[in-house]
Amino acid sequence: MAKQMTGAAMVVKALKDQGVEVVFGYPGGAVLPIYDEIFQQNEIRHVLVRHEQGAVHMAEGYARSTGKPGVVLVTSGPGATNAVTGLTDALMDSIPIVVLTGQVPTFMIGNDAFQEADTVGITRPCTKHNWLVKETDRLSPVIHEAFHVATSGRPGPVLVDIPKDVQFASGSYVAPKDAPTGHYNPPTKGDPDIIEALAEAMETAKRPVFYTGGGVINSGPGASKTLRKLVEMTGFPITSTLMGLGAYPASGKHWLGMLGMHGLYEANLAMHDCDLMINIGARFDDRITGRVQDFSPDSVKAHVDIDPSSINKVIHVDLPIIGDCGVVLEQLLDVWKKRGAKTDRAALSTWWTEIEKWRAVDCLKFTQTGNTIKPQHALSRLEALTKDHDRYICTEVGQHQMWAAQYLGFEDPNRWMTSGGLGTMGYGFPASIGVQMAHPDALVINVAGEASWLMNMQELGTAVQFRLPVKQFILNNERLGMVRQWQELLHGERYSHSWSEALPDFVKLAEAFGCKGITVSDPADLDDAIMEMINYDGPVVFDCLVEKHENCFPMIPSGEAHNKMLLGEDVDTQSAIKEGGAVLV
Amino acid sequence: MSPLKIKKGTSRHSAYDLRDHHDTEIARHTLAVIVDNEAGVLARVIGLFSGRGYNIESLTVAEIDADGHKSRITIVTAGTPSVIEQIKAQLGRIVPVHDVHDLTVEGPSVERELALFKVTGVGDKRVEALRLADIFRANVVDSTLDSFVFEVTGTPEKIDAFAELMRPLGLSELARTGVAALARSEKIC
Repeated sequence: MAKQMTGAAMVVKALKDQGVEVVFGYPGGAVLPIYDEIFQQNEIRHVLVRHEQGAVHMAEGYARSTGKPGVVLVTSGPGATNAVTGLTDALMDSIPIVVLTGQVPTFMIGNDAFQEADTVGITRPCTKHNWLVKETDRLSPVIHEAFHVATSGRPGPVLVDIPKDVQFASGSYVAPKDAPTGHYNPPTKGDPDIIEALAEAMETAKRPVFYTGGGVINSGPGASKTLRKLVEMTGFPITSTLMGLGAYPASGKHWLGMLGMHGLYEANLAMHDCDLMINIGARFDDRITGRVQDFSPDSVKAHVDIDPSSINKVIHVDLPIIGDCGVVLEQLLDVWKKRGAKTDRAALSTWWTEIEKWRAVDCLKFTQTGNTIKPQHALSRLEALTKDHDRYICTEVGQHQMWAAQYLGFEDPNRWMTSGGLGTMGYGFPASIGVQMAHPDALVINVAGEASWLMNMQELGTAVQFRLPVKQFILNNERLGMVRQWQELLHGERYSHSWSEALPDFVKLAEAFGCKGITVSDPADLDDAIMEMINYDGPVVFDCLVEKHENCFPMIPSGEAHNKMLLGEDVDTQSAIKEGGAVLV
Repeated sequence: MSPLKIKKGTSRHSAYDLRDHHDTEIARHTLAVIVDNEAGVLARVIGLFSGRGYNIESLTVAEIDADGHKSRITIVTAGTPSVIEQIKAQLGRIVPVHDVHDLTVEGPSVERELALFKVTGVGDKRVEALRLADIFRANVVDSTLDSFVFEVTGTPEKIDAFAELMRPLGLSELARTGVAALARSEKIC
């Protein structure tokens, strides 16, 4: 006979049975019974956040760095609405998280009760799926299904809304192995015929390129291993989206660097001029394609994606393969090897010669002169001094994010946590806390801008309370740098509200929360300051005062093609974006 | 590189045919969507259409399998071939959706809609309305001394045609159910 217990006890039991180790949450009236259960056990750790948005980003950081679903527990009404940004962020970046929200009792629903909100209604478009559980007997099967849905197919956020009377009432608990999984089970194996056709195309391709994305990371470490094998064996060049960094190592000899709006010159030109594009787990985002009509005009395009709706959404592809990246990569490697592991070596060598010419442009070059730290220099030094550590990098959103993607090297998957699709300022700090919870001994650094960082700075309290030694590496230009850059390029240098007025003293701010603050403005002091940050056993707010008007290059102006990139330094920025491109973001 | 040796539309497993992408022609499609009959499922489907800017020309929904808790949603929509493909793929990834069938392209299908017309009038107009109703095989489901309520079943085009005829004869109210449709031969659920 199934075990009888209260709904609140079921929640905690179900989480344990799902292997959950940590929950990020904030208590409130509608989740008090669940918090009472949490109080009476020691297996699941609870991290008290300072704002519910922070809880969701922490769960995202935890999920991205471990591959396991992150779990959030918040109350009804404002607790749930504060979680909406994080849910949307996780949906856009396909991050598996399970959010449990309290709800007013079932008999009060619809009465505009205190702290009532239509949580499932509000979160319907920003979750992969959500449930309102009105009977205690349904609670455990729904929670198990929620974990199944969050982690299978294209991963994503799910939400379970639990009214307070359902938490108090008793019912029977169903263990995960006895719970019905429902019909949701997206296929993971790709179409063998099309994989065969792709292998054939690889044999004759003269200018091939791998274009990989977050799907490879989401598929698990096995997918990255297979990808590396395939790249080494074929000798094809490989580029990646922001989301896919680390799937192929930055030190790998076939690595072209990131592509896209602020991607590397050689990566974007290789995409534009290739004759075979193999997209694995990326989605032809507008930051990647630039002007769609001119996107890689002469290539045959293959696209591997577990989500059928990603295929042919933006770019028409010739070889659509629906399946899990890891599984399809295995299939592709097998087929290509069985056919004799052939490539057109002569053509490939010509192709690489061409790529090397683009590489020689050295699009990331910069000159550190004078007494002001260039942000690129700060990141280059951070890279040099931390790359041998067991290191995880988070970012906020803006110029610093793009510079981090350009100047830091990622050798492994799950080491890079950034808000890609939604572009959520305030993401990085809480995400770094989630990462540190999962990897207590690792060096976790959040590369931030001062404006983004201030959006969720209240989480300093969380970092201090739970002794999480996260390093907040703030590139402080006293500007909303990316907004400022666009105003320079597009709005006649009228810098409307894009500077940070009334900034706090970051050192004093850090000290007020009981952690360490470091400030540095002289390039000569930079290395020592970074070492001090690394060696300090506790959270650090690192205020790095950088050049205020630095622009982020290379850049594909919006509405332009890949081969119309702006390179750094001597760019004429005044006419860079044409009228048609101006309406694009 | 050599041209690809894959023929258009030959792949059985792929959700997509290898189509030409010169698709600007807007066409009307009837989709049958089999869903779990659970709370909020219709909101998910409608939210998808409004959130992504697709059209709904008509929509009907009702439970079709009480034991299996399944409902059938019939949606008439319009769009270019690539938009229609997107709509189907997006519908397909809603968790409680079991199947999406495009009745317009999957072979012959039948479509029916039911409509109620209230026609008010006296004298010749009233007689003419009754005569036309007979031609359209409409049933008189209510009658007063100066009005009829007709019930018409047929394709949306037939109902449009009947409405056009009734308008000058005193059509005062019209209620339509939206389209219900089935594939002619193969059973789909």
